[in-house]
Amino acid sequence: MPGVSLRIDDNEVDASPGESVMQAAVRVGVKVPGLCQMDGVSVVGACRLCMVEVAGTPRPRPACATPVAEAMDVHTDTEQLREHRKVLLEMLFAEGQHVCAVCVANGACELQTLAAQVGVDHANFTPPPSRLTMDLSHPRFGYDPSRCVLCTRCVRACAEVEGAFTWGVAGRGREAHLVADLGRPWGEAESCTSCGKCVSVCPTGAMFEKGTSVGQRRVKRALVSTLTSRRERESAREVLK
Amino acid sequence: MSNGVDLFDLSQKEREAQAAYRRHVLCCGSTACLSGGAQATQDAIEAEIKERGLEQDVRVVATGCMGLCSRGPLVKVRTRGEDDVLYADVDADAGRRIVDEHVADGQPVADGQLSLQHPFFARQERVVLENMGEIDPNRIEEYIARGGYRALRDAVTTMTPAGVIEVVQRSGLRGRGGGGYPAGTKWGLLAKAQSDHKTVIANGDEGDPGAYMDRTVMEDDPHRVLEGMALAAYATGAKHGYIYVRAEYPVAVRRLEQAIRQAKRHKLLGKGLFGTEFEFNVEIRIGAGAFVCGEETALMASIMGQRGTPVLRPPYPTERGLWGEPSMINNVETLANVPTILRRGAEWFASIGTDTSRGTKVFALAGKLENTGLIEVPMGITLREIVEEIGGGVAGGKAFKAAQTGGPSGGCIPIKHIDTSMDYDSLLALGSIMGSGGLIVMDEDVAMPEVARFFMRFCMDESCGKCLPCRAGTFEMYELLDAICEGRATAANLARLETLCDVVRTDSLCGLGQTAPNPVLSTLHYFRDEYEARVVPDTVAAAVAADAGGASAHERSA
Ligand SMILES: Cc1cc2nc3c(=O)[nH]c(=O)nc-3n(C[C@H](O)[C@H](O)[C@H](O)COP(=O)(O)O)c2cc1C
Repeated sequence: MPGVSLRIDDNEVDASPGESVMQAAVRVGVKVPGLCQMDGVSVVGACRLCMVEVAGTPRPRPACATPVAEAMDVHTDTEQLREHRKVLLEMLFAEGQHVCAVCVANGACELQTLAAQVGVDHANFTPPPSRLTMDLSHPRFGYDPSRCVLCTRCVRACAEVEGAFTWGVAGRGREAHLVADLGRPWGEAESCTSCGKCVSVCPTGAMFEKGTSVGQRRVKRALVSTLTSRRERESAREVLK
Repeated sequence: MSNGVDLFDLSQKEREAQAAYRRHVLCCGSTACLSGGAQATQDAIEAEIKERGLEQDVRVVATGCMGLCSRGPLVKVRTRGEDDVLYADVDADAGRRIVDEHVADGQPVADGQLSLQHPFFARQERVVLENMGEIDPNRIEEYIARGGYRALRDAVTTMTPAGVIEVVQRSGLRGRGGGGYPAGTKWGLLAKAQSDHKTVIANGDEGDPGAYMDRTVMEDDPHRVLEGMALAAYATGAKHGYIYVRAEYPVAVRRLEQAIRQAKRHKLLGKGLFGTEFEFNVEIRIGAGAFVCGEETALMASIMGQRGTPVLRPPYPTERGLWGEPSMINNVETLANVPTILRRGAEWFASIGTDTSRGTKVFALAGKLENTGLIEVPMGITLREIVEEIGGGVAGGKAFKAAQTGGPSGGCIPIKHIDTSMDYDSLLALGSIMGSGGLIVMDEDVAMPEVARFFMRFCMDESCGKCLPCRAGTFEMYELLDAICEGRATAANLARLETLCDVVRTDSLCGLGQTAPNPVLSTLHYFRDEYEARVVPDTVAAAVAADAGGASAHERSA
């Protein structure tokens, strides 16, 4: 298939059809911020942090879900985009309880890294405390909804890579939260294989291994994407045989 | 019944049967009148007619909505060779009196009469609602007697699918679900898609607060929806249809189920229709009553048994819809226009309305007016005509302040624009939208920040929580609006509200979030002084905070 060439932040980029703007951008050293996107699982375009401007379209589009096209002219870092990203991150901090000093993921948290990148150091708004409680019923893992950013990486990794379909989302709006097996305590979810993929993909400290304390959560973030790319290579080899 | 001749027979028989009665007492049996006691009224009328032995001569029918819901229960007396007489606020006693004096003795009762020449009725133009208040929605015969299913028969037996699309395209019909997308164009997209499993979906979710246009059409003229869907299916090559109705509309569900059974029995749905290869079946899907499930991708997820949350478009449903197959979603009112367009022609339809907004629009007229109810008006009518003539002016002699269209996705139109034409483009230019047909009139006593707070609360409660800007943004905007309304907000809070409006509108995933700031933006645009008057100057706020011994209560460190 012939490639396409496009411009991303004034860099000429060659890309293959079907690639996303976000994937193409990485190759010219442009890292578009994002939380819900993750290699190896499907794209949902829900966190809206990776919004970019595409010349000729009326409103910004999520880079993770926008396929490259010939002669596309993309800007990922305009003043408006920067300002909006900052507000979006502030919203994330405001809706949860993200207190780095007492978090297992301190120092290895994607939200923390993004906040530093985008320049968010405080929340403008104090919400009432969450009514959701921690789930510590699983023998090895725990889930703290107040640190969850609802990126649903875990939901997708569990369904698409492990094939267990343990995780889902329940409740709407601010009440939205993860549930195991349609609302059981995690420890009683029969579909869970305890594979830990959900924990490995979590960008914050919402999912953690028990027994880790402040700053000790160090996950194999690439576990899922490594698995899927290996599977792809294997099935390609099968086809050649 | 398998062909058009039989359809005509049935229509003829029904008309003859109706003509045998000298008088008809049409009792509005629609939801609004029923909640005002219409059942007791009808029972009293029937008992009185029986008592006087008039059953052979007089037919009593429970019809659909007559429109002037604020004056219900409504009763219309129709006599051969005379003008119809309409009575308002008819309780059981008044009903008996109507039988004693008017039905039995031919002397119309003086009290409670409403002139059918009143602008409320005279200024309307009924296309979608043409059978409302005329037929018993429980009987397919009455729909057929008024020309129902003839458009479908003629289309299937004499027109090509492309020919049907061409008529819809030429009529200029645009989607009535809010977006205003040209119906013919959408039908063309589905027709072009290659698949044996195409579906058409009627969107009867109707989540806008105060709106009941689609409910009324589904309850009171269900066959019109089925015929519109069947025409869409014939034109696009779909064999299957779904009607998505919220569970809060049990009467609509019952009437549609019954209508589907009747249509199947008369071979108007099913296989081999009108002696051709054409086949079409319809099923009902009941939603749990979430506003977001009216959004087309969330609606499809809900039909498939999944959580009703929107997904990214493209791909659009006409490429990848239900179960990955091409699907098309139209609003109930959009589809309900189609049988009449095919029966009366594209030119006739296009002659109503304005250049870019053809035809009529049904509005649920509500708020501080003398007359409220369900109205259908030609597009291009002015807001003033609706408020002053149809609505009879603002109730209690108060002054008009603004009208809200488009519900939680729309905006307000202030007095200085009361002469605006009611069409898609004019409303958009004023910062509102046509929306699905909610129209709420507010008088001088209404505080606009409170209106904005009301709608934001709705959006916050109805946000599905999938995308961040809508989930967290509607919540923070609601809190800020609440602070403004209660006099707790500072000028900085107001600035923050405007920033959030911009972010939520620009960055949200679906139409719910993208339009949620509209009521705020529109009231800020026209009534900014009301916001500023309630805001505490920042210097005062800082002093109060310093007194309390800390930074502003609205902040904390991360
Ligand atoms: C939050 C949200 C709610 C919606 N609710 C409805 C609804 O209740 N009824 C409807 O017909 N369309 C609704 N829509 C619009 C639909 O997504 C879709 O555009 C429409 O049904 C298409 O039909 P039309 O082209 O005939 O207007 C909604 C859209 C959004 C974003």
